[in-house]
This record gives sequence, C-alpha cells and structure tokens, in this order.
Amino acid sequence: MLKQKLAKTEVLVALAIVGLAIIFSVINPVFLSVRNLFDLLRSSIVMGMFALGVLVVIVSGGIDVSFTAIAVFAMYVTVKLLKAIDFQGTLLVGFVIAALIGLALGLINALFIARFKLSTLIVTLGTQSLFRGFLLFVVGSQLIRDIPDSMTSFAKLNLITIQTADGTLASLPAAVLLLAAAALVTWLVLQYTLLGRGIYALGGSREAAERAGFPIRRIQLFIYSFVGVLSGIAGLTYGSLNRQANPFDIVGSELDVIAAVVLGGAQITGGRGSVVGTLLGVFLVVIMNNSLILAGIPSVWQKVVIGVIIIIGTGIPAFQQRRAERRARIALAE
Amino acid sequence: MTDVLVQLSNVSKAFAGVKALQDVSLTIRKGEIHCLVGENGSGKSTLIKIIAGVVAPDEGQIVINGKLFPVLHPIDAIHEGIQIIYQDFSLFPNLTVAENIALSSQLAQGRRFVDWGEVRQIARQALDRIHVKLDLDAPVEQVSVANKQLIAISRALVHNARLIVMDEPTTALTRREVRSLFAVIKKLQQDGVATLFVSHKLNEVLEIADRMLILRNGRTVIDADAREFDQARLAYYMTGRQIDESGYEYRRPPNGQTPLLRVEHLALPGSFVDVSFELYPGEIVGLAGLLGSGRTELGLALYGIHPARSGTIAFEGKRVRIDSVQDAVKLGIGYVPEDRLTEGLFLPQSITRNIVVRTIDHLVGALGLTKPRDLVQHAQFWINALNIKTRSPELPVQTLSGGNQQRVVLAKWLASSPKMLILNGPTVGVDIGSKSEIHAIMKRLASQGMALLVISDDMPELLHTCNRILLMKRGRLVEQLSSQSTSEDELTRKVTED
Repeated sequence: MLKQKLAKTEVLVALAIVGLAIIFSVINPVFLSVRNLFDLLRSSIVMGMFALGVLVVIVSGGIDVSFTAIAVFAMYVTVKLLKAIDFQGTLLVGFVIAALIGLALGLINALFIARFKLSTLIVTLGTQSLFRGFLLFVVGSQLIRDIPDSMTSFAKLNLITIQTADGTLASLPAAVLLLAAAALVTWLVLQYTLLGRGIYALGGSREAAERAGFPIRRIQLFIYSFVGVLSGIAGLTYGSLNRQANPFDIVGSELDVIAAVVLGGAQITGGRGSVVGTLLGVFLVVIMNNSLILAGIPSVWQKVVIGVIIIIGTGIPAFQQRRAERRARIALAE
Repeated sequence: MTDVLVQLSNVSKAFAGVKALQDVSLTIRKGEIHCLVGENGSGKSTLIKIIAGVVAPDEGQIVINGKLFPVLHPIDAIHEGIQIIYQDFSLFPNLTVAENIALSSQLAQGRRFVDWGEVRQIARQALDRIHVKLDLDAPVEQVSVANKQLIAISRALVHNARLIVMDEPTTALTRREVRSLFAVIKKLQQDGVATLFVSHKLNEVLEIADRMLILRNGRTVIDADAREFDQARLAYYMTGRQIDESGYEYRRPPNGQTPLLRVEHLALPGSFVDVSFELYPGEIVGLAGLLGSGRTELGLALYGIHPARSGTIAFEGKRVRIDSVQDAVKLGIGYVPEDRLTEGLFLPQSITRNIVVRTIDHLVGALGLTKPRDLVQHAQFWINALNIKTRSPELPVQTLSGGNQQRVVLAKWLASSPKMLILNGPTVGVDIGSKSEIHAIMKRLASQGMALLVISDDMPELLHTCNRILLMKRGRLVEQLSSQSTSEDELTRKVTED
C-alpha cells in the first residue's frame, strides 16, 4: 500500500508539473516550445545530479549540506589543474579528477559521521564552511574565464539539435546523459543491492539495522563517498555549462536541492524516497524557476513561490498521511 | 546429555550492587517449550539477556550445544542458533513485510545484490509455516501489532533458530492468533526447535509449557515439569502470596440515583450502532467483545477521541456533547490507554513529570512558576498511594517495569480526581502481582465513588473487577451480564460464539 502511496506522491508531483505546464503555456506560449523544453532539461542536469546524492543521504536518515561546497571545490581545483598542466585531452580525465576530489571530500564527511558517530547536519555544516573556506583562501578566489577547451567543447556537445520554426537551432546538451547515467546507477544501487536496501533500513530504524547485521559504518562510508563523487562531477558539469569557473558559485543552493528531493516524496526523517520522485521534484522546481522568468516575474519572487510550493507540496502528503493514520488507528485500536 | 541445548549453571549477576540474579540454573533441551515466569524484578529479562550474550554473568557457566562459553557474545549466540524476539520486534517500518522477513537472511549469505524473487519466496514460506497470510508488499508500519509480531517470529524462523526466545509474545495477540502461535511453537517442537518464553498470562503458560522456571527476587523458586502446576500454585510461587480472586460487589443506593453516565442510541457508523446503557458512580462496568465488536471504539467515543455521530449522552443528568478530548476531560472523564508506551507516558521524562503533567496548572505558584519540591512531593504521594516501585521519582519512566509504568499512568489520571475513568486493557503486559494490586486500586476507587468502565480481553479480569459486564458483538450491545451470575467459561463462550 505504501507503493500505492509513494506512487501517489510521484503521481501528484507529475500532475503538478503538468498543471503548471498548462498554466504557464497559457501565460506565455513560448513555454511549450522545443527550445524551452531543452532549456528546462538543461537546467535540471546539475540540480538533478545533486539531488540524487542528497536523496541517498536523506533516505539513510541523514542530511548533507556540504555537497555544494564539494562541487565548487572539485570544479575549481580541476580547472586549475587542467590549466596548469595545459591538458589538451578529453574531458573524461577532468571528470575523473573531479570525481576523485569529490570522493576525498566525501570521505572526510564519512570519517566524522561513520567513525565518530557525529550528527550528520552538524558535520556537513562544518565541512561546508571548511571546504569552501579552504577553497577560497588556499586554492584561489579568482574567477577563471578561459576554461580549458575540453570543457568548452563538452558544453557545446549536443545530443539533439533541432531546427525550430523560426529558423534557429535548439539543442539539448549531451551532459543530460550524465544525469541519466547517475539516475540509473542510483536507482540500481537503491533497488537491487543489499547496500541500497541497507540505506533504507538504516533510515527506517538504526537499531533494527544494527541488530539485523547491516554494516552501518560501511553503508555510511558509501553514502557520503557517493554524494562526494556525484557532487564533484556535477560541479565540473556546472563549470562547463556556464563556461566559467567561479569559486563563489554553487554554494547557497543546498536548500533548493533538498526541497526538490523532499517535494519528490523523500521524507526528511529517512527511510523513504525514490529516484523517480526526486527527478520529478527537481523538474518541478526547475519549471517554477524558469517559468517565472518567462512570465516576467522578478527573480526575488521566485524564492517566495518556491517556498509556497514546498509548504503546499509537503503539506498535502503529510495531511493525507495523518488522515490515513487516524483511520488505521481506529481499525487497529482493537 | 546430547539433547541439551542451553545449560546455565549457578548464574549470578549484579547491577550497581543490586543482585538481579543469584545462583540461577536453567536447562533447555532440544525441542523443549520452557516458560520463564516471574514478577517484575524477578530477574527474567536479565536471564534472557545472558542467554542472548548481551549481558555477561558475574558468576556461573554458560554451555550451549555442548560448548562452554567463558564469554558469550551476541554473535556467538546467533551462530549457535539462539534467536531473540525483542518486545519492540526490531522491524523496519518503512520496508515491506517480505523485506523485513527475508532481508537479513540475504545479508547473512553475504550477498551483494538482492534477489527479489528469493526474498518473496523466503518470506512466503516463512509465513506459510505459521499459517499466516499477509500482503508481502505492505509496508510494515501499516501492519497491526499482532501481525508485526508474527513477522518478527517468521524472521527468527528464517534464520534456522534452534532456540527462539520470546519476551511476552502474546500481549497483543487475539485468542485465535495465540492459538496459531502455539500451533507453530508445537510444530517447531517437532522440528527440534526449542522455545523459551516469558509470559504473565498464566493460563497460556500452563497450556503450552513443558517445563517452567519460576523466579522471584533473582532466585529460582522452582524449576519443574509444567504438569505439576495449576494457576493458583503458579501465582503463589510467583508472588509468594495468595492472590485475591474475589469479585467486586456493587450495591446501588436504595433511592434511585441519577446515573453518572447515560448513553442512548449512541452510534458511530462503521464502529458501533444503537448503544444504550447507564453507568452509576461506584460501579465498575466491563466492556467485552471480540475484535471489531466496537468495544474499543465505544470507549474512544466516550473520551472524545473518535466522537459518536448520533445518539445522546447525559452526564450527571445533563445532556452533553463529547466531541473532543477536551470536552471529556472538562466533564471529568479520564482515559487510561491500552498502549501506555506510546499513548500514556512520556518515556524519557521523569516519573514526577509524568504524574503531574495533567494537574500542573494547579501546582504553579504566583508567577506561573513551579517549585520542583512541590512537584516531587505531589508525585511521591502517588508513588506511595499506588505502591510504585522505584528508587527515585526523578528517574525516567522508561526505567520502570510494565506494571509500575501502568501505575504511573493511573497516578496521572487519579491526580486530577476524575468522576469517571475509562480503562482500556489496564493490565496488559503487567505481571500478576502488579495486576492484582491494580485491580485492588480500581476497586478502591469505585468504592470511593468513581465510576469505572473497563475494556478488556481478559475474561478473569472482567469477572474479578466488574460488577456488570456489557457484551458487544459486531457494533451492537447485545447483552448485559451480572458478573456474579456468570462463569468464565460462559462468558468466554458468549464472547466468542457467533
């Protein structure tokens, strides 16, 4: 029955997306254009990858706010490194470097969380400042405009290019495949590996998970490494798509990502959440942000609208759950 | 002695100077059904923890499957086939029934990837073994307490247990489910699996046990073949005293008194319909019925948790509406819930705080501040009045045994002097000594003028405490019985027959 209910949350989000699409396309028919659709997908790439990492953390009952700092750290250091050695090869090398940096930073989180058993929020709040501070004061704080060619060519690499009605070209960046791959891997891990089920178990009841023999420390090690790797890759993607490496970027958007994950059905208390729901949640937030611009609403209002959606979006399922619980309680009272 | 599974010899354990167990020996043979009986503080839980390897004894020997364990770790116990079913079941509320049953076995196999087909198969087989049908895909949080227990037992079976230790396993089970559980335990016996269980329900213990170990104050009172006991003997050994089994007499004052509560044609569609009865001050009226008979819903309706939709309620002669808990409380109606852990107590809070929580408004001083000393004094009064066994009123209430916790819940309500008290399963999970004391408290309250409504599954409890029993079937009040003119067998028959 929870599958029904979860499916219900995902269905609700999907319906909300459809509903908004209708509203916005009425306000501004440009919304339904292929170009806009590609734009929406393009905007979802980085946020989507972040959200998948956050999903895994939230399902385990924890929270991570340092992933944006990991992303910008990995991005900036990778760019500097590639430039320093004047690397001309494929960007694959860059992604590997970024992933490794993300892994290393994630392991720092894992050390404090798994080994020393500290609270996930406190640890990642601390490491967020730590990583960002280290980046800005030790590595560098200069905006880099001339990023390596490999990054530029990656950004220009398109999956689909279509000629639109008015003669211009609309293209979908190949980077969207990165998101697809990340989603697939996350889904496989969560659904089909014992490690993944262990993450759900940990989120459901830590004590029961320990008693059942789940290797809690190993699971946590995996979780925070996973977020680190994903964030590293996402950070480099961000830098490529934006054609610059700005060390002051990315950090600040953590709550939007977490909100998207929660909107998609993951419960902040842990134990519940799905890849599909997360992707839908991200898409919903992206549509809101993009479409408000299209509708001509000043960007300051975006935060307000997002806030309202989050309250409604998490309030309705919570209300439904409360009602179902009350009904169940009458039935179980005997 | 190759058929001896577990042999504990002369085991002793002290916690902070207090001897929890002294010189206790226990022998469990293959396929034996052994019951551990004792009051609170008798040392039962400590003994179980020692068998599980969770606690190490100060003295004594542990031999399992012929192997001596100078130090027993939990993982050793598991490897030797000892499976403990904890009282909280240790399940994952967010995972499905199938996963809860089979996932840890996949873990034990050292697998990396989940074979969902095998998970379902294992789960189905485990459930079939105990003749239970459950939706494998249901999330466990939506499953009833009784079924959660069956899931916990299935999981133990999946691990090829040789000894299953159950701590109060039948507390939340209906008669039918208890029978299935016993059938399973008997079948396991044929397969050579032994069962050790702790239970307060003396009639059940007598029904199922091969051997019994009775503990009192950490010492063995007797360890013998179950056939040598009957309930009275059992109760005597457990408590060291004769348990008062007399009923409760109520005499209505000669000149027609107004009933404290008069209910007419009360209905809550889907739960109960056309319920009419009266309750007089000084009465203890029981509500009996099977699952789904509406008896609990009726109690909840009178307390305002799930208010009735139609019908009239008159309290002290005046028409009233009980649409919320606040309405009920304002009238002077109290409710002692069945699940004291989640509905009756704030577990990590102190005993004092739990007792004063309802009457705190009356205990504040001029500036709205409370004096801790006043609160403790108030709590101490109730601790003495209800004989709550604790070293200090400042200890968190979760340190108390079930029976003492229930007394704290009672104290909380009695502190506000209600006119009517609804009790839902007041002695569930409470040992026999506490049980009879709580019954004595109930009778004392009634004789002082309170009206009590007791909802219970426990026929002897109803017969011993109530002067009148209301029988509900399928949402209707079908019969009112006088407890003096009916026997336990007759009452059971009337409740369970269709």
